[in-house]
Amino acid sequence: MKPARFEYHRASSSAEAIELLDTLGEDAKLIAGGQSLVPMMSFRLARPSALVDIGRIPGLDAISVVDGGLRIGALATHAAIESTSDPAVLDGFDVLPRTARFIGHLPIRTRGTLGGSLAHADPAAEWCVLALALDAEVVVAGPSETRIVAARDLFTGFLSTALEPNEMILEVRFPHRPTRCSFVEHSRRSGDFALVAASARLDLEAGICRTVRIALGGVGPTPVRAVEAEALLAGRAPSSELRADAARAAAAALDPVSDVHAPGEHRRRLAEVLVRTALHRATGAP
Amino acid sequence: MRRVEDPPLLTGDTRFVDDLAPPGTLHACFVRSPYAAARIEGIDAAPARAVPGVEAVLTAGDIPGGLRAVLDRPEFTPTVMPLLAGDAVRHVGEPIAMVIADSRYSAEDGAEEVLVDYDPGPAVASLDRALAPGAPRVHDEMDDNLLLQVPMYDDPELDDILARAAALLEARFTTGRVTAAPMEGRASLARWDRRDSRLLVYVSTQVPHLVRTTVADVLQIPEHTVRVIAPDVGGGFGLKCVVGREEILVAAAALRLGRPVKWIEDRYENLAASWHGHEQRYDVRAAFDANGTLLAFDADISCDVGAYSCFPFSCGVEPLMAATEMPGPYRLAHYRARTRAVATNKVPIAPYRGVSRPQITFVMERVMDKAAARLGLDPVDIRRRNLIARDDFPYTGITGLVYDPASYRESLDLCAGHLGHDDWRARQEAARRDGRLVGLGFSCFSERTGYGTPAFAQRRMSITPGFESADIRMDPSGGVTVAVGTLGHGQGHRTTLAQVVSDELGVDPAHVRVVQGDTDATPYGWGTFASRSLVIGGGATKLAAGALAERLKRVAAHLLEVAVEDVELRDGRLQAAGAPEVSMSVAEVARVAHHAAHRLPPGEEAGLQARAGFDPPGTFSNATHGAVVEVSPATGEVRIHRYVVVEDCGVVINPMIVDGQVRGGVAQGIAAALYEQLLYDDEGQLLTATFMDYLVPTAAEIPPIEIHHLETPCEYSATGAKGMGEGGTIGAPAAIANAVSDAVGHLGIEVDAIPIHPAWMRARIEEARAR
Amino acid sequence: MTAHEVEVVVNGSRRALAVEARRTLVDALRHDLGLVGTHVGCEHGICGACTVLLDGEPVRSCLVFAVQAHGRTVETVEGLAQDGDLNPLQEAFSRHHGLQCGFCTPGFLMLATALLRREPDASEERIREVMSSNLCRCTGYAGILEAVAAARPSGAPQEERRGA
Repeated sequence: MKPARFEYHRASSSAEAIELLDTLGEDAKLIAGGQSLVPMMSFRLARPSALVDIGRIPGLDAISVVDGGLRIGALATHAAIESTSDPAVLDGFDVLPRTARFIGHLPIRTRGTLGGSLAHADPAAEWCVLALALDAEVVVAGPSETRIVAARDLFTGFLSTALEPNEMILEVRFPHRPTRCSFVEHSRRSGDFALVAASARLDLEAGICRTVRIALGGVGPTPVRAVEAEALLAGRAPSSELRADAARAAAAALDPVSDVHAPGEHRRRLAEVLVRTALHRATGAP
Repeated sequence: MRRVEDPPLLTGDTRFVDDLAPPGTLHACFVRSPYAAARIEGIDAAPARAVPGVEAVLTAGDIPGGLRAVLDRPEFTPTVMPLLAGDAVRHVGEPIAMVIADSRYSAEDGAEEVLVDYDPGPAVASLDRALAPGAPRVHDEMDDNLLLQVPMYDDPELDDILARAAALLEARFTTGRVTAAPMEGRASLARWDRRDSRLLVYVSTQVPHLVRTTVADVLQIPEHTVRVIAPDVGGGFGLKCVVGREEILVAAAALRLGRPVKWIEDRYENLAASWHGHEQRYDVRAAFDANGTLLAFDADISCDVGAYSCFPFSCGVEPLMAATEMPGPYRLAHYRARTRAVATNKVPIAPYRGVSRPQITFVMERVMDKAAARLGLDPVDIRRRNLIARDDFPYTGITGLVYDPASYRESLDLCAGHLGHDDWRARQEAARRDGRLVGLGFSCFSERTGYGTPAFAQRRMSITPGFESADIRMDPSGGVTVAVGTLGHGQGHRTTLAQVVSDELGVDPAHVRVVQGDTDATPYGWGTFASRSLVIGGGATKLAAGALAERLKRVAAHLLEVAVEDVELRDGRLQAAGAPEVSMSVAEVARVAHHAAHRLPPGEEAGLQARAGFDPPGTFSNATHGAVVEVSPATGEVRIHRYVVVEDCGVVINPMIVDGQVRGGVAQGIAAALYEQLLYDDEGQLLTATFMDYLVPTAAEIPPIEIHHLETPCEYSATGAKGMGEGGTIGAPAAIANAVSDAVGHLGIEVDAIPIHPAWMRARIEEARAR
Repeated sequence: MTAHEVEVVVNGSRRALAVEARRTLVDALRHDLGLVGTHVGCEHGICGACTVLLDGEPVRSCLVFAVQAHGRTVETVEGLAQDGDLNPLQEAFSRHHGLQCGFCTPGFLMLATALLRREPDASEERIREVMSSNLCRCTGYAGILEAVAAARPSGAPQEERRGA
């Protein structure tokens, strides 16, 4: 279980990284923390011709609140987000550190990065699910332009994104401070990828849902929004009955495939349970 | 007492095989079959030889031969497990070529370039498919896939008793395929010592002498030219008590190339190409009278043993153990068992902690709970009624096993007491009113340990393990070295055996060095497996130390001019009884024995050494496990709230080590009950070849385990101790399955298959509630 | 092969080596620098046997390429004992039987070192959570958890709590 040969380049700026990607061709890959890529390389399931190491590019790991929204550099590690003590972040965006705790184990979180996780696009990855729930905007730089990709447009298929081979994620923006957002997941063993993960965001005004976002992971090739469930709740008070109806609607819209970890039907049922729990927590219950 | 093994393991001063690197070492990896069943039409190794760093590529043409385990039974068909497959492959992961290079990285590069032309055929990857009429055969030369089929026990009255019983239970039980997955996989490093004309083999094994004999036999070199060293060994659990193809191949390659060759099994190989076990199916019928007395038992046992017999135990290891030990701790007068080893296109089985006893205990304990439910009896009461009692010993079981004294009923009573069994139903009802599904389950079992050659001879293997010897010697300063054929690899033998010697000789354990794991330095022995080491190796050690003590006394008596029967040995001194001023230290005697041998009594040999052997009949440890679990109706998950073990392994020599064995064993049993399973698809592809898919539990899944002890001293072992390395793993699946069945029994759900997958559990609860 | 020059400070000593890009940090530590105390258990980031500290943070050294560690500091199990004496954490592992075969032990020791450095008063629940990062096949974990708890400055753990 040793990786195949590859060329190694260490980039000192994002511009240099992008130029390297552009030059090296589409078999080259970025490596930041490498916590998803390296295991695949060990099994030789991933065989990049070259790795461009962006782990040392300065200034890409900041966590800051700008205009009421949160901006996190692509190289911020899960552990850094988990342990942030910035009151501006914790006030309203505390779902991020709470979610970070679910990612793998501590020694994975010290290396893995927010940008890397989104670029890898595992359908059960915590950040991918949360990005959908929070309407995240992903700042993507390429050789000629820097563009913003909405989270809902980012995930195009299993482990696939809208990023071009010569693009890299610079920053992730969470423009809206949610009133309440929850994240829950279920795995058979501590620290494993979730069988199913769910996040629910309820922006309430006078007890009425103004904005509802429900996102699920582990139920298909990409993380998904539960739009039917969202529609049930929008404009209404999220009563216990309504939340249960929404959870059923979310599950009914899914058709997860079966794999070695669980039959698809089990994931569908877990999705209902987790959406119900996520909505319950998003109403402010403990 | 703290373990002498610990300091180097804590400081990183370790000597696991991969920590050794003689100059010029080459690294091997294997080309392994991607197909479960295929003819090999051709192998082109030329492209691999051109890969940078590759030194050699060896195939069956270069290293022919194989391993053939034999049972002297007409119902057994031996298989030849080729060292390297030449004509056909019979499971995914089977080695076909060995690529040897300057690093493991280059070796893997080379392996990718070995071109093998396969003609895939149909695979049989389950018991059902392998047993179906007209099924594809794993071995062409056989008429079917039955490597062993034995009607082992029968009783002419059995059918009659079953027909007339107050309660007749019929059930099918299945248990999942698992593997030992020691944290260090297998590993081997061999080098030819040109100066001494010796082949040195460093191997991560539980059985160094068996490796030596097998390497010599297969490579056809004199055994005395082979030296096998098991340095630090990173866990075994049975996986390393057999001799594998790769260990032989590494030795062969080192001989052929004249350079050190190292192979370190990686985790893919460990899960996909090493050894598996415990995949079994039982169709049973059990008759009880109205009081809950077990009258008769009929078992039909099928073990999915994979493609080949492991060497030397053979694929009979599971089916024969299962049939012989099925009755466990219960009195049984009428018994029938048919047992079979079924070949499939899967990784072969080898002994894994418990060997069939986790499965038979699961079966028997589920039968007890089912019978209790059928007859309206309490699960503890029905067990008490059937367990072998104090007055029964020695109890000769229906399969001929002789049970020495144990505490079957007492351990059950104690366990039930600790778990508050008396008011359990009330507590369970209260929980159910709160919507919670909680259950309590027990598991009683016997653990046959420390069996010597007479017991092993009944297996009728071509090789009969069992005895142990110990060589003990005292140096001129009074320090003691004892060399044994057993091999602790986590069990702390160097600590415990030093305690045994210390108790016998009255010397500080710190002055006792235990030598193991080097065939040049130890007497021929059978290593460490089957919970044998402390009973047999410890017995030999105690006897050898006792013989040495007698020599010390004889010499001291002569020097002190007192009668030998008046010499006492205590606290490092030899003294005349009743006259402590007439004494000398052990060290003084040792000095004389070596440096003033002319002062020894007439006829006394110079130096101080002794040797003893031990070959006991075997002894039964016993235990009761009890678990309280909760089942989540929402997710199907099982959480263990309490886990209690009442263990009786005779005299406990080192309580810390004993409890460590119990805890580790229970963790593996919980794993088999709830988490781990090796899954193959219909084509024989392994679907669980990573630690992301094969779920070894973490500290978050394993609950605290409460341990209580009873002590029924063993009459057959020199120390009073019984073996106990496997009990944790044996008892846990049944306790968990019974607890889960208790939690959901009112919904009509019974756990008759392990592992208990949450998806299955959730679906059954939903179905029950929809009814 | 292109050799990459890598400089690391390992257990306080500056070490230089030339490695292929694909060489993992754990292979470089073990086979290039001779620090064989760090073990390899799965090479895909699950078992944690290879846990070392990189700039003070616990990492899986099978998931880090040696080239990525250039200019960084690495701490391994070989750096724990002081003047030949076991440190308090190592002592606690021995006293509480936190090891049997010892293969996974260095990874657990480094993980626990990192935890207790940042959270010297970590609760037993927190210890269990963090220690669940790594796999042990021998102990059933109880001895490991007790040892880490005992190595806190606040000292020994309470009796194992009984569940519901």
